[in-house]
Amino acid sequence: MADSDQVILTMKGISRAFPGVQALQDVDFNLRRGEIHALMGENGAGKSTLIKVLTGVEAPDTGVITLEDKEVQVRSPQHAQELGISTVYQEINLCPNLTVAENILIGREPRRTGRIDWKRMNAQAVDILERVDIGIDVTQTLGSYSVAIQQMVAIVRALDVASTKILILDEPTSSLDTYETDQLFSVMRKLKGQGTAIIFITHFIDQVYEISDRITILRNGKLVGDYDTNSLTHLELVSNMLGRTLVELDSVSKSRSKLVADGHTSDPVMQARQLGSTGAIDPFDLDLYEGEVVGFAGLLGSGRTEIANLLFGVDKPDHGTLAYNGKAVKKFSPLSSIERGVALSPEDRKAAGIVDELSVRENIVLAMQANRGWLRYLSSAKQTEIADKYIKMLNIVTPSPEQPVKNLSGGNQQKVILARWLATNPQVLILDEPTRGIDVGAKTEIQKLVVSLAEEGKTCIFISSELEEVLRTSDRIVVLRDQEKITELTGDEMNETLIMQTIAGS
Amino acid sequence: MAQSKSFWKRFVDSQIFWPLVALGLIMLFNAFFTPNFFKLEIKDGHLFGSLIDIINRGAPLMILAIGMTMVIATEGVDLSVGAVVAISAAVATVLINPALGQQLIASDKLVENVTATPLPVVILAALLVSALCGLWNGLLVSRGNIQPMVATLVLMVAGRGIAQLITGGQIITVYFTPYFFIGNGYLAGVPFTLFLVAVVGIFTWLLTRKTAVGMFVESVGINVKSSFYSGVNEKNIKLLVYVISGVCAGIAGLIVSSNVKSADANNAGLGFELDAILAVVIGGTLMTGGRFSLAASVIGALVIQSMTTTMYAIGVPAMAAQAVKAVVVMVVILLYSEQFRNVANRVFTRKEVRS
Repeated sequence: MADSDQVILTMKGISRAFPGVQALQDVDFNLRRGEIHALMGENGAGKSTLIKVLTGVEAPDTGVITLEDKEVQVRSPQHAQELGISTVYQEINLCPNLTVAENILIGREPRRTGRIDWKRMNAQAVDILERVDIGIDVTQTLGSYSVAIQQMVAIVRALDVASTKILILDEPTSSLDTYETDQLFSVMRKLKGQGTAIIFITHFIDQVYEISDRITILRNGKLVGDYDTNSLTHLELVSNMLGRTLVELDSVSKSRSKLVADGHTSDPVMQARQLGSTGAIDPFDLDLYEGEVVGFAGLLGSGRTEIANLLFGVDKPDHGTLAYNGKAVKKFSPLSSIERGVALSPEDRKAAGIVDELSVRENIVLAMQANRGWLRYLSSAKQTEIADKYIKMLNIVTPSPEQPVKNLSGGNQQKVILARWLATNPQVLILDEPTRGIDVGAKTEIQKLVVSLAEEGKTCIFISSELEEVLRTSDRIVVLRDQEKITELTGDEMNETLIMQTIAGS
Repeated sequence: MAQSKSFWKRFVDSQIFWPLVALGLIMLFNAFFTPNFFKLEIKDGHLFGSLIDIINRGAPLMILAIGMTMVIATEGVDLSVGAVVAISAAVATVLINPALGQQLIASDKLVENVTATPLPVVILAALLVSALCGLWNGLLVSRGNIQPMVATLVLMVAGRGIAQLITGGQIITVYFTPYFFIGNGYLAGVPFTLFLVAVVGIFTWLLTRKTAVGMFVESVGINVKSSFYSGVNEKNIKLLVYVISGVCAGIAGLIVSSNVKSADANNAGLGFELDAILAVVIGGTLMTGGRFSLAASVIGALVIQSMTTTMYAIGVPAMAAQAVKAVVVMVVILLYSEQFRNVANRVFTRKEVRS
């Protein structure tokens, strides 16, 4: 390998287990001087654990890290910085109420006779920023600048604190618009030209192709491979991330015999027209009919969760209209959605789903009680009856309805959330990643449940990162990419190859 | 299944067990060191004794603790209750004696049984003003998204100023026997304040356990986001608990001013907010919100009051009393800390092995 002397960092055989999860298993990773290296993978693929190992936040169970031909053990984030490894996180950890100059030079202010030499400090800050072609007033507070500028200030600070050899950018573009992203990319190219190695984590596929030289793909804690960006097609990238090879794709049976999506005789239950929210999802049209399962396919951040949040009223649209049973929706809030008969099982089960210290019974009746209002309190006998009914129906494994829900396994917690929504007797049920992180048995049960609910006449939206599961349950598939609804696929179009091609945009 | 647990086991696991243990220890201490502590006498058909004294003097704190419990259960805190006590006291006494103290005090002769406003109006007005104070806190927290500690700090500071404005900077003294009944009266031989505590306690218990409010409060305290996604109106729940806390402070203000037959805007209810928070903490409701027990907080208030009374009884100097109280509170809080209990357990088991 001609490049081998260019390699600055190798990680070999890295494994890390957490209780119940093998987050990383025998992963290799190498990085060269002056390259932008994209690290790709869906949620739970092990990207963040790998970065944590590299930056000393987590110690690996096994594996060797070699930095510039020397074997190192990264003991802590501070140690990582001393070694020349700097990270800029998605949430910017700077002080928005201090000036740009203060933020860059905080803790290292130039002094004169014991006092801070403000003149020299501002001049230094200007100097540092000019190295990456940013000309801004460094005496303004950081908070008065756009997120992109703040991000770049964070980057130059990281570069300036230590003689950074490796810069890790964790989802830096997730809250930037196109222009800001371009700005950031020009800074990245500049740094690359100066010999800095950059690890770039993102879920925007187009950006990976625009900026990166190489791509390493992880899936389920394992290394899928590393590739030169030029030699990897969009489609190969997506199928590697989602874990289906092209050969497998072609052999997927197309023998779905469920009701076909044509011939909707009734009016749509929900109808979105140019509904959108700036920065979350571009305006889209969507019709939902009685008794169908609509799958959402797309990568994380493609806008699938954002659509779900709009339809359920968690987020308010700033564009377009939504009609429910022909009537325009005016009030966007979870409570008004529940009143209408819409339910959402959210993507993040822990943060937005379960109320962990409350009992299984209380978690199940919560939404139903919220809908009834505080006065019409369900008696405890009635609550137990409802809880028992759904525990039985969904096979929730719990010693008693009084068990705090935090003591249940992930799959059973998910079923408790489903029970909460089924208890409200919804007409439209939106399930955002209902099967994430739960075992295969529970997954199949949930898929079956979704199909049977549709057969009862309910409308279900099924969102999942796993294509196979979307295909198996859905009558119609909405494909999303980069915060945009690309197309709807029905009938024979519903095959993995076409979906992946659409996601990949090729 | 759940019933198979013995009554004792469930009692030990319940939130009121440890506060009761703390109260029991203080009582035990008194049994040995304070003569006649448990003696109850009947004078003029009224019960007298240290125990009655504790309940009577602890009444404002118990009522404040009930309101504070609900606020803390939503992961909030209400620092303004002491100031609201002063406002409520000021409103009530000014309505009884609108001369701002001067006219009536000017003559040496105490005028008996004078009021400018009928008693029900006095009480309602004081409670209404207190409820408005709570509403203000609630709006700042729920609609203004201001951290509870900061939001209620505003009224904690401003409230005494408002009370001063109401009283015109004077200590207002009232001479109106029916009003004195609130803080000093006896009903069926038992202090009237005890009935007030019971009424407030039963009302909030019914509100939280016989309607869905209790479940919503706990749900919001544990996970606001999940509650919001489930359709719980988390903003109104927060608003409600601050209003309740305000009304509780209002009732406490009536008791306090009735007790001393005057209202002092500077000193009425001074430091009450901290005692109320302490009572809730001793009662085992976590400052991080979630599960709460009104009964445990009431017992927590009794722990604090009986500690104070005990120290007076055995003659601890007033200056040292605060320090002693701090030590006792620290021990109680340490007992709650799981980490501390683990350390203690390890120390004990090691000793057993050795012996």
